[in-house]
Amino acid sequence: MSETLAIQMKGITRKFGKLTAVNNVNLSIKRGEVFSLLGPNGAGKTTTIKMLCCLLKPTSGSAVILGYDITKDSEKIKRIIGVSPQETAVAEKLTTRENLDLMARIFGFRKEDARDRVKTLLDMTELSERSNDKVKKLSGGMKRRLSLAMALISDPDLLFLDEPTLGLDPHARRSIWKQIEAFKGKKTILLTTHYLEEADALSDHVAVIKDGKIVAYGTPHELKRDTAAMQIMVIRAQRIPEICVDELKTKYPSVKETEEGLEIRGERLVFDDIVDSVRSHGVKIEWLTMKQPSLDDVFSSLVEKEGTE
Amino acid sequence: MRTVALAGRVFKEVYRDRAGITLGIIYPAMLMVIFVLIEGHVPVDIFEPINIMPGITVFSFAFLTMFSASMLARDREKAFLVRLLTTPLKPSEFILAYSLPYFLIALLQTAVMFLTGTLFGAPAGIGYITSLLFLLPTAMICIGIGMILGSLFSESALPAPGTITIVIIAFFSGAFADFKMIGGIIRTIALVLPFSHAVDGIRSILAGNPLSEVMNSLYMVIAYALLFYLLGVLFFKWRTRSI
Repeated sequence: MSETLAIQMKGITRKFGKLTAVNNVNLSIKRGEVFSLLGPNGAGKTTTIKMLCCLLKPTSGSAVILGYDITKDSEKIKRIIGVSPQETAVAEKLTTRENLDLMARIFGFRKEDARDRVKTLLDMTELSERSNDKVKKLSGGMKRRLSLAMALISDPDLLFLDEPTLGLDPHARRSIWKQIEAFKGKKTILLTTHYLEEADALSDHVAVIKDGKIVAYGTPHELKRDTAAMQIMVIRAQRIPEICVDELKTKYPSVKETEEGLEIRGERLVFDDIVDSVRSHGVKIEWLTMKQPSLDDVFSSLVEKEGTE
Repeated sequence: MRTVALAGRVFKEVYRDRAGITLGIIYPAMLMVIFVLIEGHVPVDIFEPINIMPGITVFSFAFLTMFSASMLARDREKAFLVRLLTTPLKPSEFILAYSLPYFLIALLQTAVMFLTGTLFGAPAGIGYITSLLFLLPTAMICIGIGMILGSLFSESALPAPGTITIVIIAFFSGAFADFKMIGGIIRTIALVLPFSHAVDGIRSILAGNPLSEVMNSLYMVIAYALLFYLLGVLFFKWRTRSI
């Protein structure tokens, strides 16, 4: 394994009975980069992280974390990683400070060192003022910041953040992003998310995972560029008959009804053809627009494409 | 050191749960007072302080099952266990940290029940210490059952099996009924389970009889304690492997 790599996965696979949750994943993550594993619910993101954190054994394949094999060196790996699980994973009846102090003592800090480290992290995550409050009184965003601080207690070289902003409002989400951005270049961070915006804003590289398989990989810019040819047209009308939708589906890869109206996606949409086709069914178009694909659309396109193959 | 840190956290969480402490300590103590007051008006041997005190103490341990099960189920569901499993903690440290604090709670329960019993006329003496030979293994049984339930059920699903366990322990411990009078299948079940042996053993010790008279009961309670604790550990390990 190259010294520049923090994580190297080789054909890593995990099966639960007949279900293959992670299927032959090969990924390399460089030291110091923020890497996002992006995918819908049930795609295999958390299972991948659990294998890398030595919580689950892979059915086949291997992975090396900072030079250590996940199947042989779990004790060593657990000393050098920090993990923030998908749920907030905090002790609700302890105070913010007690949670951090507990983690410090589990990692073997002496009392004085633990106190200093806890203070540093409370300041860093802007939780000093709430340090003596029971965690159950904190907001969702604060609990997430505490979770991040707990993962950072041992100052690990490698951080695993499983859906770090799940369920947070935009303000709280940006607060977490600010914390993550502060570590760019200093720590390797593998985060899972199903928010495209998050992967776009934070990551050096992104891998899109669907049904346990990696379906796309690159920088956020590369992923968007690869699908730049995609066009999206949205048509709103009182009622669009099913036969009309079916007809469009024969010509374009993605046609679906959304809250905005009928959304048609494709690489070469023929404007006149679509409009004529819709009007030929007696539909009176109320409103029509062309949209620029966002990273969300790129993601949806990749996931849908993979689903139809 | 790590075990002490985690055990301290478990103890704090139980201690800070006012509803739990009320149910596990105050409620049994109040029950004992009620039974002793009833006995003052309607003499029933089983409700005399020296007889009701051991039964109520064992009954109070039934709540250890719920404390232990709830903590484990909650830590699983809220992924706190996942966080702990990604730290350098060893499996033995986990198990000790998730069981030792409940022995402290059991000692606290014993102190409160025995103090209450003494205030109402139970004769204090060396028997109070000797009875720990029965009480600690009984607590161990309850902690083991808690680990099993906490591994099997979610926190929201726990009240049903937890309540059934509490009722079984209360009923078959003989705390509130004399099985020698009831007989039949109820008596047989009570004799197969360890709880009535624990209660009878403590009653005998408190009555001043030598320990040798209740050694068979003591062996049985210890055997059950080892069995349920081992099962608890196995279920706990199974659950952490499939987390």
